[in-house]
Amino acid sequence: MRKKITESVIEAIIHISASLAIVGLVLIFIFIGKEALHILTSSEVRQEAGLSRLFLPHSPEPGVPKEFAWQPVSDIPKYSLFPLMVGTLKVTLVALLFALPLALGAAIFSSEFAPSWLREIIKPSIELLAGIPSVVLGFFALMVMATAIQNALGLDYRLNAINAGIALGLAVIPIVFTVAEDALTAVPQSFREGSIALGATSWQTAWRVVLPAAFPGIFAACVLGFGRAIGETMIVLMSSGNAAIMSFLPTYPLRSLSATIAAELGEVVHGSPHYHVLFFIGTLLFIFTFILNLIGQLFVERLKDRLSGSRA
Amino acid sequence: MEELLIMSQAALADSVLKKEEVPAPKIQTKDLALYYGNFRALKNVDISIPPQKITALIGPSGCGKSTLLRVFNRMNDLIRGVRISGQVFLDDQDIYHPDTDLIALRKRAGMVFQRPNPFPISVFKNVAYGPSIHGMASGRELESIVERHLRATGLWDDLKDKLHIPALSLSPEQQQRLCISRLLAVEPEVLLMDEPCSALDPIATARIEDLLFELKKDYTIVIVTHNMQQAARVSSSAGFMLLGELVEFGKTGQLFTNPIDPRTHDYITGRFG
Repeated sequence: MRKKITESVIEAIIHISASLAIVGLVLIFIFIGKEALHILTSSEVRQEAGLSRLFLPHSPEPGVPKEFAWQPVSDIPKYSLFPLMVGTLKVTLVALLFALPLALGAAIFSSEFAPSWLREIIKPSIELLAGIPSVVLGFFALMVMATAIQNALGLDYRLNAINAGIALGLAVIPIVFTVAEDALTAVPQSFREGSIALGATSWQTAWRVVLPAAFPGIFAACVLGFGRAIGETMIVLMSSGNAAIMSFLPTYPLRSLSATIAAELGEVVHGSPHYHVLFFIGTLLFIFTFILNLIGQLFVERLKDRLSGSRA
Repeated sequence: MEELLIMSQAALADSVLKKEEVPAPKIQTKDLALYYGNFRALKNVDISIPPQKITALIGPSGCGKSTLLRVFNRMNDLIRGVRISGQVFLDDQDIYHPDTDLIALRKRAGMVFQRPNPFPISVFKNVAYGPSIHGMASGRELESIVERHLRATGLWDDLKDKLHIPALSLSPEQQQRLCISRLLAVEPEVLLMDEPCSALDPIATARIEDLLFELKKDYTIVIVTHNMQQAARVSSSAGFMLLGELVEFGKTGQLFTNPIDPRTHDYITGRFG
């Protein structure tokens, strides 16, 4: 009888801690969402920063051409989110272009071609990269990398999307590498043997048998990397120039959504339209990464089914 | 057991009646020994595998029969710490010579594994895999190759309308047939089969054995099996292995009815195993 009581107590504790995690997540979303909702509900906020001001081009004064501008503390505050979204996408794209080939290449090399002693060195070293605080990466990008890249490419601006993207890529690589490598090593050895026994080279085996088999996991790795790149703040804040310029060029500075929150929330007037817009940006990021992960999960499940034929 | 004896006697009578000339062996080993690190897994193996016949290797678990099979296309090379001494010939070629082209060797001597291991891609792509990596065919030609080799294993009629379903959605028997089709598509000379029926039910096993009979017209087949009835049913030569040694090798009928070595006798009469 005593045993039964202790068991149910333990069970209850486990249940509570599991639900606390979810409750915490929901509460965060509710709090941020509540502050963001003023954009829609409060007429005062709506007048200065309504949805049309956030997303559509707007002319601040009669006679001035319509533009996308983020200047929340100027005399006439401008709250267009467009430059921030373009900046975020720009730097994320550069980061992924830089990080995905390197991370996936390293994962394939480590799981398929490297002798085991080398693998034991490669895997932990790349994973150590994940342990570098992002402020250190940002500092390195700001002080060292920016100058090197500017000189190498002959750019006008020291801090730009290329610099920020590569720095961000350094943070993305370990995540993509680890997940992709695990996916590749989880491919049953029997597939490799079957291919080798048909006279395939190890490259043919890796490319045509192992990669397709590991594709769901590799795709999941890329989604995780994308999520990390979109949400990362400090590296981008320090290495991008942090200028809210409306430009698609990777050689220009930029400001990302997350860096905007980090840089401005500390000094914003509590309850002002600017304050609520920053929370709205937070909500956007939250929803965006949530949807991205959801789509990623669904896609991975579908791929798994397709490969194993369980729903054929 | 009785059934086994009758069958084997029939085979023996068969071989006595036909005065056959002995053809040059397809595979031959000379004083072969193999070590995993310090463990000697094979010792002094001299075996001659006749062409276009089914040769069975039997013996208790861990006796080295699968290891010997994997010597013939050098699949043991994938395991670290494997050393080998002696010689192995495929036709006249010493396959452990340093200049051996492993890709060409494995194309000539392919393998079917214990657990069916079709690739996690479509049925069509599984069969087309070999011809396309070896640059043997492309495009339209591949379609006819796939059809031919699916017909050879009796899969075509069932699968001709669903060539693009995932191979892993097939039944275990179909998967094993597909693995054989996939192997035939690279046009090998030797089929090395490592307990190909151990994951299948008895009916599927019987049908795969029928398939082996069909195939031996064109291929030299070496089959490792736990199942003595199976060895007696399908093979024309058989070898009994124990603790890394090839204890006895001869005509299947001879080996099962009148073994020379007492250890063989003990094994086939079920004293141990």
